[in-house]
Amino acid sequence: MSRIIVYFAHPGQKFSRANLAMAKAAQRLADVTFVDLYAEYPRHDIDVEKEQARLLAHDIIVFQFPLYWYSTPSLVKEWQDLVLQHGFAYGHGGDRLAGKTLLVATTAGGSEEAYTPEGYQHFPLRRFLTPLEQTARLCKMTFAPPVVLYSALKAHEDREIAAHAAAYAGLLSALRAGAAALPEDTGETVLTTADLETLLPALQKAHPDD
Amino acid sequence: MTDFLLLAFVFLIAGVVAVPIATRLGLGSVLGYLIAGIVISPLLAGLGVDVIAIQHFAEFGVVMMLFLVGLELEPKMLWSMRNRLLGLGGLQVVGTTALVMVIGLAFGLYWTIALAVGLVLALSSTAIVLQTLGEKGLMKTEGGQSSFSVLLFQDIAVIPMLAFIPLLAMPELMDLGGEAALHAPDAHTEASGHAGDHSGAHGAHGAEDPHGDSHGASLSLVEGLPAWAAGLVTIGAVGAVILGGIYLTRPLFRFIAMAGLRELFVAAALMFVIGIALLMTLVGLSPALGTFLAGVVLANSEYRHELESNVDPFRGLLLGLFFITVGAGIDFDLLFGQFGTIIALTLGLILLKTGVLLALTMLFGIKGQDRWLFGLGLAQAGEFGFVLLSFTVANQVIPPALADQLLLVVALSMLLTPALFILFEKGIAPRFVASQERDADDIEEAGEVIIAGHGRFGGVVNRMLRAAGHATTVLDYSAGHLDMLRSFGFKVFYGDATRPDLLHAAGIEKARLLIVAIDGKEQINALVHYVRSNFPHVKIIARAVDRQHVYDLFAMGCDEIIRETFDSSVRTGRSAFELLGMHPFDAELVSRKFAEDDRYILKEMALVHDPKIPTSENQAYIEKSRTLMAEREAQIFGKSKAFDLDTDRGWRPPSEQDVQSITRDHEAS
Repeated sequence: MSRIIVYFAHPGQKFSRANLAMAKAAQRLADVTFVDLYAEYPRHDIDVEKEQARLLAHDIIVFQFPLYWYSTPSLVKEWQDLVLQHGFAYGHGGDRLAGKTLLVATTAGGSEEAYTPEGYQHFPLRRFLTPLEQTARLCKMTFAPPVVLYSALKAHEDREIAAHAAAYAGLLSALRAGAAALPEDTGETVLTTADLETLLPALQKAHPDD
Repeated sequence: MTDFLLLAFVFLIAGVVAVPIATRLGLGSVLGYLIAGIVISPLLAGLGVDVIAIQHFAEFGVVMMLFLVGLELEPKMLWSMRNRLLGLGGLQVVGTTALVMVIGLAFGLYWTIALAVGLVLALSSTAIVLQTLGEKGLMKTEGGQSSFSVLLFQDIAVIPMLAFIPLLAMPELMDLGGEAALHAPDAHTEASGHAGDHSGAHGAHGAEDPHGDSHGASLSLVEGLPAWAAGLVTIGAVGAVILGGIYLTRPLFRFIAMAGLRELFVAAALMFVIGIALLMTLVGLSPALGTFLAGVVLANSEYRHELESNVDPFRGLLLGLFFITVGAGIDFDLLFGQFGTIIALTLGLILLKTGVLLALTMLFGIKGQDRWLFGLGLAQAGEFGFVLLSFTVANQVIPPALADQLLLVVALSMLLTPALFILFEKGIAPRFVASQERDADDIEEAGEVIIAGHGRFGGVVNRMLRAAGHATTVLDYSAGHLDMLRSFGFKVFYGDATRPDLLHAAGIEKARLLIVAIDGKEQINALVHYVRSNFPHVKIIARAVDRQHVYDLFAMGCDEIIRETFDSSVRTGRSAFELLGMHPFDAELVSRKFAEDDRYILKEMALVHDPKIPTSENQAYIEKSRTLMAEREAQIFGKSKAFDLDTDRGWRPPSEQDVQSITRDHEAS
């Protein structure tokens, strides 16, 4: 059984479909701490002590956000800058987060093909998540393969959004129940809707009572 | 019916016309009503209206006013006022009565008459003073609170006076003096008429009056009972009011609220006040006192504001009517017949009462402008004076001729009260802002920041600057305030910041920044103007009272202009958005956008505003405001998504078209 906290960061929630659906699905889960970062800190005045205490109280730290200019929305960066202090998260005596897991769940406007050397984004999406991956490493945390929804803006994808949100919530639920570990990260892996769906029945079979 | 309508119309039109004019001229509503009364008095005489009877009816406004005052006063506050109430009030009544009596004796009045005259004139006008204090926002000042204590004591003191006056009766004195005899029959009938009418509103004396025959019509619960039983009944009645107020009102009002009819609540509130007044009258207590007590009991009630808003219009109208009748009741024949005497008596009375009050301020440590507010505010005789006068005549204590003169003196002193308030406002209060009671402090330590005014506003600024390690010099002219701050170890200095010599002493030449946190548009402007023109290197942050004031300060070249209430209003709006379900971050963005837009409008308007041209004649200003308003019409009428375009810029995702365009460009390259 893992204690999970979901940090949801989206500054324009009224335009969000994919992220909002995912957030709502995650919010409904019992025993999963859900934080809407932009609602809690609309003026970017992050409470460092409170956030550090939250981190200590959970095993799996999830950041869920839309990819903005190949990075997180600005509040997540602010959060990292302030909360991941040396002496707490890294550096001398900074091992309080050691052993915890960092899971990124993000949505991208571009298609999967766009995030290839031939596509217009030129780099695979994982490349843009390198700073987060290294952040986890420096904090002695495990970086899990990120959950990714490509082409998140396409309007006809309503059904896909619902499927993705369900799969995302299913993953969190299974992790919370300790039904299985996340797959090992190869440094290239991402978990799409299809990946999650193949992963989940296996998890449920292993623990039919969940 | 026609008579009634005509009468109502005459009174209403007099008030509606005169009061706005008087308020416009800065004279206050009371003087407006009084003048209206004087103007319509010939008309009323022509119609054969009994002004005095109407006046007694209108005095019920005083009862309502005390109820409302009680609502504002929690029991705890009343208890903390007790020293002031008994000390100030008691000494005022005793001192004034004694002095008037001595002067009366010197003029050759018999001692019983002199004493009765003293009692009559010792009372002040609750109606005028409270109305004026409330209107001018002076109720909460030390002077206002002290005045209220005295008025409350007087209202209570009327009751024993009514019991005492009949003991002074000297029927044989009544026939003295040919003049008195000449007026006697006429005045007598009128006076006993008063007393009879009075039993309605101020019927207290009906019960206490041993000459009960003139009040045969009035009911009483205590008449004919032995003293101890009467006492028990009286205490029981007061207890009933208090306990009823605590335990019965809530279920009663809830029951009424269930009907969901607003007028029913109005009716209930009136019933409540009238009922208490009636009960108090029946047991021989002052109805004003009773309703005041009920008000205090209900001060913590959740129905307080509902009661207040329901009773208030009636209070306003009745008091207005009362003031009109005071104006209309002035007997000009008598006034012009004995002009010198009456005027001398009136002015003498005002001087004497002011003297007593000022002496009391020294005893009770009331200082500065509060001292003068107290001294001048209560210098008149009051409506209870009318009551006592008619009562004394009916009881053969004061001869009718003298009573007529005194009636006129009381009315004239009331008529002059608004003038005294104006004297206070225009002549005395500004001097206390500009000068001081004690010498300005010598300032040894000159800070880089000067904060003028250390109230709630300047105090916060000072704390922030101090917390960040800045040396501040604080100037304030409220002595009590400063002593308290000093005791906390703040560096604060007494003095008026608008005085050049004090600014100089505070080191304005070397200061980097002046923060203007004093009250009063004129003072703020004077200070900013002086510093801007003499010390151009000093940056100035000033607080603006309103939009117009922003323009003034802008024109003077203020560096930063902070609107007094703008930020908190915007924050309130933001909280409202959040509670209505808007996402907190959206609420933040929208309120930021609103504030930005509002500042933009303000700046645009400030650029075309010219302090030398009245706004209504400034063509450029009018044009600009039209354009700006037209742009925001949709926003003002709540039809648009006013802020969406700008606040959503960054967060609105790219469209499918955008994605296609990117792909196309990529493929082309």
